Amino acid sequence: MSDRSDNVIEIRDLWYSRGPLPIFTGLNIDIPRGKVTAIMGPSGTGKTTLLRLITRQIRPHKGTIRIDGIDIAELNQRELYRFRRRFGMLFQNGALLTDYSVFENVAFPLREHTKLPNRLIRHIVLTKLHAVGLRGAADMMPTQLSGGMARRVALARAIVMDPEILIYDEPFVGLDPISMGVIVRLVRKMNDALGISSILVSHDVQEVSTVSDQSFLLSNGKVAASGSPDELSNTSSELVRQFMHGMADGPVAFHFSAPNYAEQLLGRDAE
Amino acid sequence: MIRDIYQTVMEFVRTFGAFQLFFLRLVINSPYVLTRRFPLVVQQIFNAGALSLVIIMVCGLFVGGVLGLQGYNNLAKFNAEDSVGTFAAFSLIKELGPVITALLFAGRAGTALASEIGLMKATDQLAAMEMMATDPLRRVIVPRFLGGSISMPFLVAIFSVVGMFGAHVIGVSLLGVDSGAFWQQLRTALEIGDIYEGIIKSVVFGLVASVIAVWEGYNAIPTAEGVGRATTRTVVITAMAVLILDFIITALAM
Repeated sequence: MSDRSDNVIEIRDLWYSRGPLPIFTGLNIDIPRGKVTAIMGPSGTGKTTLLRLITRQIRPHKGTIRIDGIDIAELNQRELYRFRRRFGMLFQNGALLTDYSVFENVAFPLREHTKLPNRLIRHIVLTKLHAVGLRGAADMMPTQLSGGMARRVALARAIVMDPEILIYDEPFVGLDPISMGVIVRLVRKMNDALGISSILVSHDVQEVSTVSDQSFLLSNGKVAASGSPDELSNTSSELVRQFMHGMADGPVAFHFSAPNYAEQLLGRDAE
Repeated sequence: MIRDIYQTVMEFVRTFGAFQLFFLRLVINSPYVLTRRFPLVVQQIFNAGALSLVIIMVCGLFVGGVLGLQGYNNLAKFNAEDSVGTFAAFSLIKELGPVITALLFAGRAGTALASEIGLMKATDQLAAMEMMATDPLRRVIVPRFLGGSISMPFLVAIFSVVGMFGAHVIGVSLLGVDSGAFWQQLRTALEIGDIYEGIIKSVVFGLVASVIAVWEGYNAIPTAEGVGRATTRTVVITAMAVLILDFIITALAM
Protein backbone atom coordinates (compact mmCIF):
# COMPACT_ATOMS: atom_id res chain seq x y z
CA MET A 1 0.00 0.00 0.00
CA SER A 2 0.98 3.63 0.06
CA ASP A 3 2.90 3.48 3.31
CA ARG A 4 4.91 0.41 4.24
CA SER A 5 6.28 1.76 7.49
CA ASP A 6 7.04 -0.48 10.45
CA ASN A 7 3.63 0.21 11.90
CA VAL A 8 0.56 -1.42 10.48
CA ILE A 9 -1.81 0.70 12.57
CA GLU A 10 -1.24 4.21 13.86
CA ILE A 11 -3.72 5.79 16.24
CA ARG A 12 -3.33 9.50 16.94
CA ASP A 13 -5.10 11.63 19.55
CA LEU A 14 -8.17 9.41 19.69
CA TRP A 15 -11.23 10.66 21.60
CA TYR A 16 -14.32 8.62 22.19
CA SER A 17 -17.04 8.70 24.80
CA ARG A 18 -20.08 6.58 25.48
CA GLY A 19 -22.80 8.97 26.55
CA PRO A 20 -21.29 11.26 29.19
CA LEU A 21 -18.65 8.65 30.06
CA PRO A 22 -15.28 9.36 28.38
CA ILE A 23 -13.62 6.14 27.17
CA PHE A 24 -10.57 7.51 25.34
CA THR A 25 -9.05 10.92 25.92
CA GLY A 26 -6.24 11.44 23.47
CA LEU A 27 -5.07 7.88 22.90
CA ASN A 28 -1.89 7.27 20.85
CA ILE A 29 -0.86 3.75 19.83
CA ASP A 30 1.44 2.33 17.15
CA ILE A 31 0.93 -1.31 16.33
CA PRO A 32 4.02 -2.87 14.75
CA ARG A 33 3.84 -5.00 11.62
CA GLY A 34 4.28 -8.75 11.86
CA LYS A 35 4.20 -8.89 15.67
CA VAL A 36 1.76 -9.95 18.33
CA THR A 37 0.61 -6.81 20.10
CA ALA A 38 -1.44 -7.06 23.25
CA ILE A 39 -3.82 -4.41 24.49
CA MET A 40 -4.45 -4.88 28.18
CA GLY A 41 -6.29 -3.05 30.86
CA PRO A 42 -8.82 -3.47 33.65
CA SER A 43 -12.43 -4.23 32.70
CA GLY A 44 -14.25 -1.19 31.41
CA THR A 45 -11.21 0.61 30.00
CA GLY A 46 -12.56 0.27 26.48
CA LYS A 47 -10.41 -2.51 25.06
CA THR A 48 -13.23 -3.97 23.00
CA THR A 49 -14.31 -0.44 22.06
CA LEU A 50 -10.82 0.14 20.68
CA LEU A 51 -11.15 -2.94 18.46
CA ARG A 52 -14.49 -1.70 17.21
CA LEU A 53 -12.89 1.66 16.43
CA ILE A 54 -9.98 0.05 14.58
CA THR A 55 -12.35 -1.97 12.44
CA ARG A 56 -14.70 1.04 12.09
CA GLN A 57 -17.71 -0.67 13.51
CA ILE A 58 -17.96 2.64 15.36
CA ARG A 59 -16.38 6.02 14.60
CA PRO A 60 -14.17 8.10 16.90
CA HIS A 61 -15.34 11.55 17.99
CA LYS A 62 -11.90 12.99 17.34
CA GLY A 63 -8.53 11.79 16.14
CA THR A 64 -7.34 9.53 13.34
CA ILE A 65 -6.77 5.82 12.87
CA ARG A 66 -4.46 4.99 9.99
CA ILE A 67 -4.08 1.45 8.73
CA ASP A 68 -1.25 1.05 6.26
CA GLY A 69 -1.30 4.82 5.96
CA ILE A 70 -4.98 4.99 5.02
CA ASP A 71 -7.27 7.07 7.22
CA ILE A 72 -10.18 4.67 7.73
CA ALA A 73 -12.61 7.50 8.51
CA GLU A 74 -12.46 8.50 4.84
CA LEU A 75 -13.57 5.16 3.40
CA ASN A 76 -17.08 4.89 2.00
CA GLN A 77 -19.21 1.81 2.62
CA ARG A 78 -17.94 -0.13 -0.40
CA GLU A 79 -14.30 0.71 0.26
CA LEU A 80 -14.78 -0.18 3.91
CA TYR A 81 -16.07 -3.65 3.06
CA ARG A 82 -13.21 -4.20 0.64
CA PHE A 83 -10.85 -2.99 3.36
CA ARG A 84 -12.32 -5.33 5.95
CA ARG A 85 -11.32 -8.35 3.88
CA ARG A 86 -7.78 -7.64 5.04
CA PHE A 87 -8.89 -8.25 8.61
CA GLY A 88 -9.70 -11.44 10.41
CA MET A 89 -11.48 -11.05 13.68
CA LEU A 90 -12.06 -13.49 16.47
CA PHE A 91 -14.99 -12.45 18.64
CA GLN A 92 -15.18 -13.08 22.36
CA ASN A 93 -17.61 -15.99 22.07
CA GLY A 94 -16.66 -17.03 18.55
CA ALA A 95 -19.80 -15.53 16.96
CA LEU A 96 -20.30 -18.61 14.79
CA LEU A 97 -23.42 -18.58 12.63
CA THR A 98 -25.69 -20.96 14.50
CA ASP A 99 -27.67 -21.99 11.40
CA TYR A 100 -24.63 -23.43 9.66
CA SER A 101 -22.31 -26.35 10.33
CA VAL A 102 -18.68 -25.86 11.28
CA PHE A 103 -17.68 -26.48 7.67
CA GLU A 104 -20.15 -23.92 6.30
CA ASN A 105 -19.11 -21.37 8.90
CA VAL A 106 -15.51 -21.55 7.75
CA ALA A 107 -16.62 -21.60 4.11
CA PHE A 108 -18.89 -18.57 4.61
CA PRO A 109 -16.41 -15.81 3.60
CA LEU A 110 -15.29 -17.86 0.57
CA ARG A 111 -18.85 -18.41 -0.62
CA GLU A 112 -19.69 -14.73 -0.07
CA HIS A 113 -16.67 -13.21 -1.75
CA THR A 114 -15.31 -15.67 -4.27
CA LYS A 115 -16.64 -17.82 -7.07
CA LEU A 116 -14.32 -20.72 -6.30
CA PRO A 117 -15.54 -24.19 -7.28
CA ASN A 118 -16.87 -26.34 -4.44
CA ARG A 119 -13.94 -28.71 -4.64
CA LEU A 120 -11.48 -25.92 -4.01
CA ILE A 121 -13.58 -24.44 -1.20
CA ARG A 122 -13.64 -27.86 0.45
CA HIS A 123 -9.90 -28.08 0.12
CA ILE A 124 -9.28 -24.66 1.67
CA VAL A 125 -11.78 -25.14 4.49
CA LEU A 126 -10.39 -28.53 5.48
CA THR A 127 -6.86 -27.12 5.43
CA LYS A 128 -7.83 -24.29 7.76
CA LEU A 129 -9.77 -26.61 10.05
CA HIS A 130 -6.76 -28.91 10.14
CA ALA A 131 -4.58 -25.96 11.18
CA VAL A 132 -6.73 -25.48 14.29
CA GLY A 133 -7.00 -29.23 14.86
CA LEU A 134 -10.72 -29.54 14.17
CA ARG A 135 -10.87 -31.19 10.74
CA GLY A 136 -12.80 -33.99 12.44
CA ALA A 137 -15.51 -31.59 13.64
CA ALA A 138 -16.37 -30.28 10.17
CA ASP A 139 -19.89 -31.69 10.17
CA MET A 140 -20.81 -30.65 13.70
CA MET A 141 -23.14 -27.75 14.48
CA PRO A 142 -21.90 -24.79 16.56
CA THR A 143 -24.20 -25.73 19.47
CA GLN A 144 -22.40 -29.07 19.79
CA LEU A 145 -19.02 -27.44 20.33
CA SER A 146 -17.33 -26.56 23.61
CA GLY A 147 -16.28 -22.95 24.19
CA GLY A 148 -12.68 -23.64 23.26
CA MET A 149 -13.62 -25.54 20.10
CA ALA A 150 -16.01 -22.78 19.01
CA ARG A 151 -13.21 -20.28 19.34
CA ARG A 152 -10.88 -22.46 17.28
CA VAL A 153 -13.51 -22.78 14.54
CA ALA A 154 -13.92 -19.00 14.62
CA LEU A 155 -10.15 -18.71 14.27
CA ALA A 156 -10.22 -20.99 11.22
CA ARG A 157 -12.95 -18.79 9.77
CA ALA A 158 -10.97 -15.65 10.56
CA ILE A 159 -7.95 -16.87 8.59
CA VAL A 160 -9.79 -18.45 5.67
CA MET A 161 -9.42 -15.32 3.52
CA ASP A 162 -5.72 -15.00 4.43
CA PRO A 163 -5.96 -11.70 6.31
CA GLU A 164 -3.07 -9.31 6.90
CA ILE A 165 -4.25 -8.34 10.36
CA LEU A 166 -5.75 -10.77 12.84
CA ILE A 167 -7.68 -9.38 15.78
CA TYR A 168 -8.51 -11.35 18.91
CA ASP A 169 -11.11 -10.05 21.34
CA GLU A 170 -10.54 -11.63 24.77
CA PRO A 171 -9.56 -15.03 23.35
CA PHE A 172 -8.76 -16.58 26.73
CA VAL A 173 -11.92 -15.74 28.68
CA GLY A 174 -13.76 -18.69 30.17
CA LEU A 175 -11.47 -21.44 28.86
CA ASP A 176 -10.07 -24.38 30.76
CA PRO A 177 -6.24 -24.50 31.05
CA ILE A 178 -5.84 -26.96 28.17
CA SER A 179 -8.00 -24.98 25.74
CA MET A 180 -6.19 -21.86 26.89
CA GLY A 181 -2.83 -23.46 26.08
CA VAL A 182 -4.14 -24.47 22.66
CA ILE A 183 -5.29 -20.93 21.85
CA VAL A 184 -2.01 -19.41 23.08
CA ARG A 185 -0.13 -21.76 20.80
CA LEU A 186 -2.39 -21.00 17.86
CA VAL A 187 -2.04 -17.23 18.27
CA ARG A 188 1.73 -17.53 18.08
CA LYS A 189 1.64 -20.08 15.27
CA MET A 190 -0.77 -18.10 13.11
CA ASN A 191 1.26 -14.95 13.53
CA ASP A 192 4.59 -16.54 12.62
CA ALA A 193 3.44 -19.00 9.98
CA LEU A 194 1.19 -16.61 8.08
CA GLY A 195 3.37 -13.52 8.54
CA ILE A 196 0.47 -11.41 9.73
CA SER A 197 0.12 -8.76 12.40
CA SER A 198 -1.89 -9.82 15.43
CA ILE A 199 -3.72 -7.64 17.89
CA LEU A 200 -4.77 -9.25 21.11
CA VAL A 201 -7.14 -7.70 23.60
CA SER A 202 -7.06 -9.40 26.96
CA HIS A 203 -6.72 -9.02 30.69
CA ASP A 204 -5.19 -12.42 31.25
CA VAL A 205 -1.71 -11.24 32.20
CA GLN A 206 -0.08 -14.67 32.32
CA GLU A 207 -1.21 -15.85 28.90
CA VAL A 208 -0.54 -12.51 27.27
CA SER A 209 2.98 -12.45 28.68
CA THR A 210 3.80 -15.79 27.07
CA VAL A 211 2.53 -14.86 23.63
CA SER A 212 2.89 -11.14 23.01
CA ASP A 213 5.86 -9.23 21.62
CA GLN A 214 4.63 -5.90 22.88
CA SER A 215 1.89 -4.79 25.25
CA PHE A 216 -0.04 -1.59 25.83
CA LEU A 217 -1.72 -1.09 29.16
CA LEU A 218 -4.75 1.19 28.96
CA SER A 219 -6.06 3.21 31.85
CA ASN A 220 -8.19 6.35 32.12
CA GLY A 221 -8.52 6.71 28.37
CA LYS A 222 -4.79 6.73 27.63
CA VAL A 223 -1.86 4.35 27.40
CA ALA A 224 -0.59 3.97 30.95
CA ALA A 225 2.41 1.88 30.00
CA SER A 226 3.84 -0.01 27.06
CA GLY A 227 6.68 -2.37 26.33
CA SER A 228 7.62 -6.03 26.25
CA PRO A 229 6.09 -8.31 28.91
CA ASP A 230 9.38 -8.21 30.87
CA GLU A 231 9.53 -4.45 30.84
CA LEU A 232 5.99 -4.22 32.11
CA SER A 233 6.38 -6.65 34.96
CA ASN A 234 9.55 -4.88 36.17
CA THR A 235 8.10 -1.41 36.01
CA SER A 236 8.05 1.06 38.88
CA SER A 237 4.59 2.40 38.05
CA GLU A 238 2.11 1.63 40.82
CA LEU A 239 -0.79 1.13 38.43
CA VAL A 240 1.09 -1.26 36.16
CA ARG A 241 2.27 -3.26 39.13
CA GLN A 242 -1.24 -3.44 40.53
CA PHE A 243 -2.55 -4.75 37.23
CA MET A 244 0.27 -7.11 36.36
CA HIS A 245 0.31 -8.68 39.81
CA GLY A 246 -3.43 -8.59 40.38
CA MET A 247 -3.55 -6.60 43.59
CA ALA A 248 -7.00 -5.76 44.95
CA ASP A 249 -6.23 -2.21 46.00
CA GLY A 250 -3.99 0.46 44.55
CA PRO A 251 -4.38 3.31 42.07
CA VAL A 252 -7.46 1.47 40.80
CA ALA A 253 -9.43 1.64 44.04
CA PHE A 254 -11.26 -1.33 45.50
CA HIS A 255 -14.26 0.89 46.27
CA PHE A 256 -16.43 2.34 43.55
CA SER A 257 -16.85 6.05 44.22
CA ALA A 258 -19.51 6.53 46.91
CA PRO A 259 -20.57 9.10 49.51
CA ASN A 260 -18.81 9.16 52.87
CA TYR A 261 -19.34 5.83 54.62
CA ALA A 262 -19.99 7.14 58.14
CA GLU A 263 -22.30 9.87 56.92
CA GLN A 264 -24.30 7.44 54.84
CA LEU A 265 -24.67 4.95 57.68
CA LEU A 266 -25.48 7.52 60.36
CA GLY A 267 -27.06 10.20 58.24
CA ARG A 268 -30.65 10.97 57.42
CA ASP A 269 -31.04 8.10 54.96
CA ALA A 270 -30.66 5.61 57.78
CA GLU A 271 -33.55 6.98 59.81
CA MET B 1 -44.89 16.98 33.31
CA ILE B 2 -45.10 18.96 30.06
CA ARG B 3 -41.41 18.27 29.52
CA ASP B 4 -42.05 14.55 29.96
CA ILE B 5 -44.81 14.63 27.37
CA TYR B 6 -42.59 16.66 25.04
CA GLN B 7 -39.75 14.16 25.43
CA THR B 8 -42.04 11.17 24.87
CA VAL B 9 -43.45 12.74 21.73
CA MET B 10 -39.98 13.63 20.46
CA GLU B 11 -38.76 10.11 21.19
CA PHE B 12 -41.70 8.68 19.28
CA VAL B 13 -41.10 10.98 16.31
CA ARG B 14 -37.42 10.07 16.28
CA THR B 15 -38.11 6.32 16.44
CA PHE B 16 -40.78 6.58 13.77
CA GLY B 17 -38.40 8.49 11.51
CA ALA B 18 -35.68 5.89 12.00
CA PHE B 19 -38.25 3.17 11.32
CA GLN B 20 -39.22 4.79 8.03
CA LEU B 21 -35.57 5.10 7.00
CA PHE B 22 -35.06 1.44 7.89
CA PHE B 23 -38.07 0.48 5.77
CA LEU B 24 -36.66 2.53 2.91
CA ARG B 25 -33.32 0.73 3.18
CA LEU B 26 -35.12 -2.61 3.06
CA VAL B 27 -37.02 -1.58 -0.06
CA ILE B 28 -33.91 -0.17 -1.77
CA ASN B 29 -31.98 -3.38 -1.12
CA SER B 30 -34.86 -5.66 -2.12
CA PRO B 31 -34.20 -5.75 -5.90
CA TYR B 32 -30.59 -6.80 -5.30
CA VAL B 33 -31.63 -9.59 -2.93
CA LEU B 34 -34.46 -10.74 -5.22
CA THR B 35 -32.22 -10.99 -8.26
CA ARG B 36 -28.85 -12.02 -6.81
CA ARG B 37 -29.68 -13.82 -3.56
CA PHE B 38 -33.01 -15.41 -4.36
CA PRO B 39 -32.26 -18.77 -2.66
CA LEU B 40 -32.03 -16.90 0.66
CA VAL B 41 -35.55 -15.51 0.08
CA VAL B 42 -36.91 -18.96 -0.79
CA GLN B 43 -35.54 -20.32 2.46
CA GLN B 44 -37.29 -17.54 4.39
CA ILE B 45 -40.56 -18.12 2.52
CA PHE B 46 -40.30 -21.66 3.80
CA ASN B 47 -39.57 -20.49 7.37
CA ALA B 48 -42.22 -17.80 7.54
CA GLY B 49 -44.82 -19.23 5.18
CA ALA B 50 -44.67 -22.99 4.98
CA LEU B 51 -44.03 -23.45 8.69
CA SER B 52 -47.05 -21.24 9.52
CA LEU B 53 -49.36 -23.30 7.30
CA VAL B 54 -50.62 -25.68 9.95
CA ILE B 55 -51.78 -23.07 12.44
CA ILE B 56 -53.24 -20.93 9.66
CA MET B 57 -55.27 -23.86 8.33
CA VAL B 58 -56.45 -25.08 11.71
CA CYS B 59 -57.50 -21.59 12.78
CA GLY B 60 -59.11 -20.92 9.39
CA LEU B 61 -61.20 -24.07 9.70
CA PHE B 62 -62.55 -23.13 13.11
CA VAL B 63 -63.13 -19.47 12.27
CA GLY B 64 -65.09 -20.61 9.22
CA GLY B 65 -67.03 -23.03 11.41
CA VAL B 66 -67.93 -20.25 13.84
CA LEU B 67 -69.06 -18.06 10.96
CA GLY B 68 -71.26 -20.91 9.74
CA LEU B 69 -72.86 -21.34 13.16
CA GLN B 70 -73.33 -17.66 13.95
CA GLY B 71 -74.44 -16.85 10.42
CA TYR B 72 -77.00 -19.62 10.35
CA ASN B 73 -78.46 -18.88 13.79
CA ASN B 74 -78.78 -15.15 13.28
CA LEU B 75 -79.83 -15.20 9.62
CA ALA B 76 -82.46 -17.82 10.38
CA LYS B 77 -84.32 -15.17 12.41
CA PHE B 78 -84.94 -13.37 9.13
CA ASN B 79 -85.44 -16.56 7.13
CA ALA B 80 -82.21 -15.76 5.34
CA GLU B 81 -80.16 -18.80 6.36
CA ASP B 82 -79.37 -19.47 2.70
CA SER B 83 -77.15 -16.38 2.81
CA VAL B 84 -74.78 -18.00 5.29
CA GLY B 85 -72.26 -18.59 2.47
CA THR B 86 -72.27 -14.94 1.48
CA PHE B 87 -71.98 -13.90 5.11
CA ALA B 88 -68.97 -16.14 5.67
CA ALA B 89 -67.30 -15.16 2.41
CA PHE B 90 -67.61 -11.41 3.02
CA SER B 91 -66.34 -11.76 6.57
CA LEU B 92 -63.42 -13.94 5.54
CA ILE B 93 -62.31 -12.19 2.38
CA LYS B 94 -62.64 -8.60 3.54
CA GLU B 95 -61.88 -8.75 7.25
CA LEU B 96 -61.19 -11.91 9.17
CA GLY B 97 -58.88 -13.52 6.61
CA PRO B 98 -56.33 -10.70 6.45
CA VAL B 99 -56.62 -9.60 10.08
CA ILE B 100 -56.55 -12.97 11.82
CA THR B 101 -53.84 -14.27 9.50
CA ALA B 102 -51.74 -11.18 10.25
CA LEU B 103 -52.20 -11.67 14.00
CA LEU B 104 -51.32 -15.37 13.77
CA PHE B 105 -48.41 -14.53 11.50
CA ALA B 106 -47.11 -12.05 14.08
CA GLY B 107 -47.37 -14.69 16.78
CA ARG B 108 -45.80 -17.52 14.83
CA ALA B 109 -43.41 -16.04 12.24
CA GLY B 110 -42.94 -12.49 13.56
CA THR B 111 -41.74 -13.58 16.97
CA ALA B 112 -39.47 -16.18 15.38
CA LEU B 113 -37.93 -13.53 13.12
CA ALA B 114 -37.47 -10.98 15.91
CA SER B 115 -35.93 -13.42 18.36
CA GLU B 116 -33.71 -15.01 15.71
CA ILE B 117 -32.33 -11.67 14.54
CA GLY B 118 -32.07 -10.39 18.12
CA LEU B 119 -30.09 -13.47 19.16
CA MET B 120 -27.82 -13.15 16.14
CA LYS B 121 -27.13 -9.60 17.26
CA ALA B 122 -26.63 -10.58 20.91
CA THR B 123 -24.14 -13.30 19.97
CA ASP B 124 -22.19 -10.95 17.66
CA GLN B 125 -23.17 -12.91 14.54
CA LEU B 126 -24.24 -9.75 12.75
CA ALA B 127 -21.04 -7.94 13.77
CA ALA B 128 -19.04 -10.98 12.63
CA MET B 129 -20.71 -10.82 9.23
CA GLU B 130 -19.84 -7.16 8.97
CA MET B 131 -16.25 -8.01 9.80
CA MET B 132 -16.32 -10.62 7.06
CA ALA B 133 -17.31 -7.77 4.71
CA THR B 134 -20.84 -9.10 4.29
CA ASP B 135 -23.67 -6.62 4.79
CA PRO B 136 -26.02 -8.24 7.36
CA LEU B 137 -28.86 -6.11 6.03
CA ARG B 138 -28.62 -7.85 2.66
CA ARG B 139 -27.64 -11.24 3.96
CA VAL B 140 -30.00 -11.58 6.94
CA ILE B 141 -32.58 -8.81 7.22
CA VAL B 142 -33.86 -8.21 3.69
CA PRO B 143 -34.37 -11.92 2.84
CA ARG B 144 -36.43 -12.33 6.02
CA PHE B 145 -38.45 -9.19 5.29
CA LEU B 146 -39.14 -10.40 1.74
CA GLY B 147 -39.90 -13.95 2.84
CA GLY B 148 -42.53 -12.70 5.27
CA SER B 149 -44.01 -10.16 2.86
CA ILE B 150 -44.32 -12.69 0.04
CA SER B 151 -45.78 -15.40 2.28
CA MET B 152 -48.56 -13.35 3.85
CA PRO B 153 -50.93 -12.93 0.86
CA PHE B 154 -50.74 -16.68 0.20
CA LEU B 155 -51.41 -17.47 3.84
CA VAL B 156 -54.41 -15.12 3.77
CA ALA B 157 -55.76 -16.85 0.66
CA ILE B 158 -55.33 -20.27 2.23
CA PHE B 159 -56.95 -19.08 5.47
CA SER B 160 -59.99 -17.79 3.56
CA VAL B 161 -60.36 -20.93 1.45
CA VAL B 162 -60.12 -23.23 4.46
CA GLY B 163 -62.51 -20.92 6.31
CA MET B 164 -65.06 -21.23 3.51
CA PHE B 165 -64.67 -24.97 3.72
CA GLY B 166 -65.37 -24.79 7.46
CA ALA B 167 -68.45 -22.64 6.92
CA HIS B 168 -69.65 -25.06 4.23
CA VAL B 169 -69.20 -28.05 6.50
CA ILE B 170 -71.22 -26.41 9.28
CA GLY B 171 -73.81 -24.64 7.15
CA VAL B 172 -74.48 -27.22 4.44
CA SER B 173 -73.43 -30.59 5.80
CA LEU B 174 -74.52 -30.08 9.41
CA LEU B 175 -77.32 -27.51 9.42
CA GLY B 176 -78.85 -28.41 6.09
CA VAL B 177 -78.55 -25.21 4.04
CA ASP B 178 -78.90 -25.99 0.35
CA SER B 179 -75.50 -26.24 -1.27
CA GLY B 180 -76.67 -24.59 -4.49
CA ALA B 181 -78.08 -21.61 -2.58
CA PHE B 182 -74.89 -21.39 -0.50
CA TRP B 183 -72.73 -20.85 -3.58
CA GLN B 184 -75.22 -19.13 -5.90
CA GLN B 185 -75.99 -16.24 -3.52
CA LEU B 186 -72.28 -15.82 -3.00
CA ARG B 187 -71.63 -15.54 -6.73
CA THR B 188 -74.24 -12.83 -7.17
CA ALA B 189 -73.26 -10.79 -4.15
CA LEU B 190 -69.47 -10.93 -4.23
CA GLU B 191 -67.76 -8.46 -6.54
CA ILE B 192 -64.20 -8.31 -7.74
CA GLY B 193 -63.69 -5.10 -5.72
CA ASP B 194 -64.30 -7.02 -2.50
CA ILE B 195 -61.56 -9.44 -3.40
CA TYR B 196 -59.20 -6.58 -4.29
CA GLU B 197 -59.84 -5.09 -0.86
CA GLY B 198 -58.84 -8.38 0.74
CA ILE B 199 -55.74 -8.64 -1.42
CA ILE B 200 -54.66 -5.07 -0.66
CA LYS B 201 -55.10 -5.71 3.05
CA SER B 202 -53.12 -8.94 2.93
CA VAL B 203 -50.23 -7.27 1.09
CA VAL B 204 -50.15 -4.27 3.42
CA PHE B 205 -50.41 -6.41 6.57
CA GLY B 206 -47.68 -8.70 5.25
CA LEU B 207 -45.31 -5.80 4.73
CA VAL B 208 -46.17 -4.26 8.09
CA ALA B 209 -45.90 -7.49 10.10
CA SER B 210 -42.58 -8.40 8.44
CA VAL B 211 -40.94 -5.00 8.75
CA ILE B 212 -41.96 -4.66 12.42
CA ALA B 213 -40.54 -8.11 13.20
CA VAL B 214 -37.16 -7.49 11.54
CA TRP B 215 -36.99 -3.94 12.94
CA GLU B 216 -37.58 -5.14 16.49
CA GLY B 217 -35.00 -7.91 16.10
CA TYR B 218 -32.42 -5.66 14.46
CA ASN B 219 -32.82 -2.98 17.12
CA ALA B 220 -33.13 -5.30 20.10
CA ILE B 221 -30.92 -4.56 23.08
CA PRO B 222 -28.34 -7.36 22.67
CA THR B 223 -29.09 -9.19 25.91
CA ALA B 224 -31.40 -12.06 26.84
CA GLU B 225 -33.84 -9.58 28.36
CA GLY B 226 -33.65 -7.29 25.34
CA VAL B 227 -34.44 -10.11 22.92
CA GLY B 228 -37.39 -11.19 25.05
CA ARG B 229 -38.73 -7.67 25.08
CA ALA B 230 -38.28 -7.32 21.31
CA THR B 231 -40.32 -10.50 20.80
CA THR B 232 -43.17 -9.21 22.94
CA ARG B 233 -43.11 -5.81 21.26
CA THR B 234 -43.31 -7.48 17.85
CA VAL B 235 -46.65 -9.07 18.67
CA VAL B 236 -48.10 -6.02 20.44
CA ILE B 237 -47.05 -3.45 17.85
CA THR B 238 -48.04 -5.64 14.89
CA ALA B 239 -51.48 -6.28 16.39
CA MET B 240 -52.06 -2.57 16.95
CA ALA B 241 -50.74 -1.54 13.55
CA VAL B 242 -52.79 -4.19 11.74
CA LEU B 243 -56.05 -3.24 13.46
CA ILE B 244 -55.52 0.50 12.92
CA LEU B 245 -54.56 -0.01 9.27
CA ASP B 246 -57.53 -2.32 8.81
CA PHE B 247 -59.84 0.51 9.84
CA ILE B 248 -58.08 3.00 7.56
CA ILE B 249 -58.15 0.73 4.49
CA THR B 250 -61.77 -0.22 5.10
CA ALA B 251 -62.74 3.43 5.41
CA LEU B 252 -60.87 4.31 2.22
CA ALA B 253 -62.47 1.42 0.32
CA MET B 254 -66.02 2.55 1.17
